[in-house]
Amino acid sequence: MPAVDQPSKLAQRSLLSRVMIGVLSLLAIGGCIVSLAAFAYGKNAARQSYDRLLVGAANDIAESINIIDGAAIADIPVSAFGLLSLALDDRIAYAVRGPDGALLTGYETALPPEGAARRQADPFYYDSTLQGEPSRFVTVVRRFSERDYSGTVSVTVGQTLRARNAMAIDLTKGALVITGLAGIALILSAYLVIRSAMRPLERMANELLARDPYDLTPMQADGPAEVAVMTDAMNRFMQRLDRQIGAMKHLISDTAHQLRTPVAAIRAQAELAIEDDTEHQPQRLERLLRRTRSLGNLLDQMLSRALVIHRTDNAPPEPVDLRDIALQVLDECDPELLAPGVEVDLIITDAPVIVMADEVSVTEAGKNMLTNALQHGKAPIRIGVSTSPLQSELWVEDAGKGPGHDILSRIGGRFERSAASQGNSAGLGLSIVHAVAEAFNGSVNMGTTETGFRVTLTLPSQNEDNT
Amino acid sequence: MIRYIVCIWMLSGPAIAQEAVAHFVSDVAIAPTDIVVRSTTDIGVLTPALDAFVGIYPDISITYEQWGSNALYADSRAACDGQIPAADAVLSSGVHQMVDLVNRACAHPYTSDITRGLSTARVWRNELWGITLEPAVIIYNSALVPAEDAPHTRFALLDLMRRAESPYRGKIATYDVEASGLGFLFAFMDSLEATTFGGLLEGFARTNAVATCCSAEIIDGVAKGEYLIAYNVLGSYLSSTPRKNIGVIHPEDYTLLLSRAYMIPQTATNKVGAAILLDFLLSPQGQDILAAGNLVQRRDDDATLLSESAQRTIPIDPKLLVAMDRHRRSRFVGQWRSTFGALPEGGFLSAP
Repeated sequence: MPAVDQPSKLAQRSLLSRVMIGVLSLLAIGGCIVSLAAFAYGKNAARQSYDRLLVGAANDIAESINIIDGAAIADIPVSAFGLLSLALDDRIAYAVRGPDGALLTGYETALPPEGAARRQADPFYYDSTLQGEPSRFVTVVRRFSERDYSGTVSVTVGQTLRARNAMAIDLTKGALVITGLAGIALILSAYLVIRSAMRPLERMANELLARDPYDLTPMQADGPAEVAVMTDAMNRFMQRLDRQIGAMKHLISDTAHQLRTPVAAIRAQAELAIEDDTEHQPQRLERLLRRTRSLGNLLDQMLSRALVIHRTDNAPPEPVDLRDIALQVLDECDPELLAPGVEVDLIITDAPVIVMADEVSVTEAGKNMLTNALQHGKAPIRIGVSTSPLQSELWVEDAGKGPGHDILSRIGGRFERSAASQGNSAGLGLSIVHAVAEAFNGSVNMGTTETGFRVTLTLPSQNEDNT
Repeated sequence: MIRYIVCIWMLSGPAIAQEAVAHFVSDVAIAPTDIVVRSTTDIGVLTPALDAFVGIYPDISITYEQWGSNALYADSRAACDGQIPAADAVLSSGVHQMVDLVNRACAHPYTSDITRGLSTARVWRNELWGITLEPAVIIYNSALVPAEDAPHTRFALLDLMRRAESPYRGKIATYDVEASGLGFLFAFMDSLEATTFGGLLEGFARTNAVATCCSAEIIDGVAKGEYLIAYNVLGSYLSSTPRKNIGVIHPEDYTLLLSRAYMIPQTATNKVGAAILLDFLLSPQGQDILAAGNLVQRRDDDATLLSESAQRTIPIDPKLLVAMDRHRRSRFVGQWRSTFGALPEGGFLSAP
């Protein structure tokens, strides 16, 4: 069955790939967030460390300023530029400015924003450009109050951002490499975990594939809970299938078994009717008619049994009032036709008698019970309903003594009929009642009472409060 | 190979700052593109390398202009501001001035496998490269200075100058820091490297040492016996004009090593040609030619038995910007001037 193989494997693979895609997209989103965070962190770290170098150099220069003959003279220390040249490839600008903002030494390009340095805290950082390249600057202020010089001297030091950016990218890269490795490890372990989690499914699929198509025995349900549920459902499905196939087989074999004799009898009667002389013919035809009617009854019962078995498997139980069923049974059976002149009494309660069952099946069972009583029992015949908190009963009673013990013990089987050749079919009818009782957790009881022989179908009561 | 060299000596022409011009063209060249190289290096010193270059790249010719370092710095600043056309390549021994030019964003970046192979002390921002490796040496007239007097360290030189009746009075020469960018750089590095610098200045003052502008002048003076000892002379200039009576000393306490800096100006018209020349000069072949001309001192040179720690390469990095600082410079020059007296005739005032 390669055509069936293919989609099942695809579905299985797609489950794995679906989970993997989920895991991957989660990781991708997480990776993006981590990258952004790492870059922000790296940028911040680089900025902080290089800002320290910058302010260190600015302080070095500020320290070197002396007042000589009433002028501020800076003796720029090499160490200041040593600090700055730790950022290996960055260009430098610096300026030492007097109280009036005039450049004392350094580059004109290192010019702090107007007035800002005086307003802001010391040291004052700002971003600007050096010959078009983005740069970072810091300004520190040194106050002098000498005899011949008073006022503030500002030192501004700036640097391009190459080293900072390189450091930020380096830090980010480091973080990303670790994140990437962790991601790969996660993907790998996720793959392995998912694979191992899917293994029971795979095993189940293989087991099903290897199965004989006629093998409907239950499968082993030893996987994890989720798989056990599936196995369980499948087993129940197979059981139902098994029952239905069984019912179908029984129907066919019953039909063959039970129809052969009556049909042969009808044929014999018909042949006789043709061959016999004309005065016997009406008698023969009447027999033929009786045989045919009896065959019809038999067919009815067999079909209704098939129907009952089918319904009990397929129709979900629902609340049914047994009183309605008793009425319906009486209505549909038409006692006048089966046993003319026989009275049938209906004995029902005022309160509804609710059971969980299938209405059609229970009605069929009731009809069979009443028909049996009409055919084999003695008048008066009563049909009734009684109830107790635990169980409810639908019963049919006649005034006779009932069948003998030997028959009673064998009764209910499929082929158990007192006289199939005569067109009677009490056995088959009772087997329907048994099937219904079994399907809805009930039982069938037969026994003599004070007033006669009673057949009872007992079903568990359904209290209205519970429904 | 035939080369055409045209030398034009500009004798003290203040309006035109270059001192000499030479053209290097391959004899098989057909309509070569020209690159203008402005350099502080004597034409003769670089001729073998440039000849070899045009031999390999016949489609490139070189116009080589020789400049003083301060004039070259001023010219490059002006070119950077777009006031005058820039050279295609600038090669200067005033490394601090070159670092300043790069710091002012006057240089064009370039990288190749060869430039990536340089040590970090010889490259900055991929815009400035150290081409040579030349020692600053002490030279003396070997005929007039007795062997036991030849100073092998700065301390020996100090002792020599401190003698009460020194025969070296007025006979010791060094670069003038204001007239020569290179002289300033050497003196400045000395002041950073060791405490001997103060002693040296004092010694120079005591012996009435002479500060003058140019390498050739100093070497000639020593050869003629006009000066007996010259301090901080660029060793490479000696090889171009070999003289028998000049002794060379690599000071054993430490020897400064200068790496002439090569830059491609931002406003250069033929940056590609300049980059090809750079790669050639830094290539093993170019370095071999420069080494043969004493422009690259090799580690394994027998002539210099100096320990690693005594070899102090002047690193091409932003620390040299301190040498360009106005205050620092005026302090330094003031200190110098108080030792040597007034600025000599014909010197150049340098601007930071």
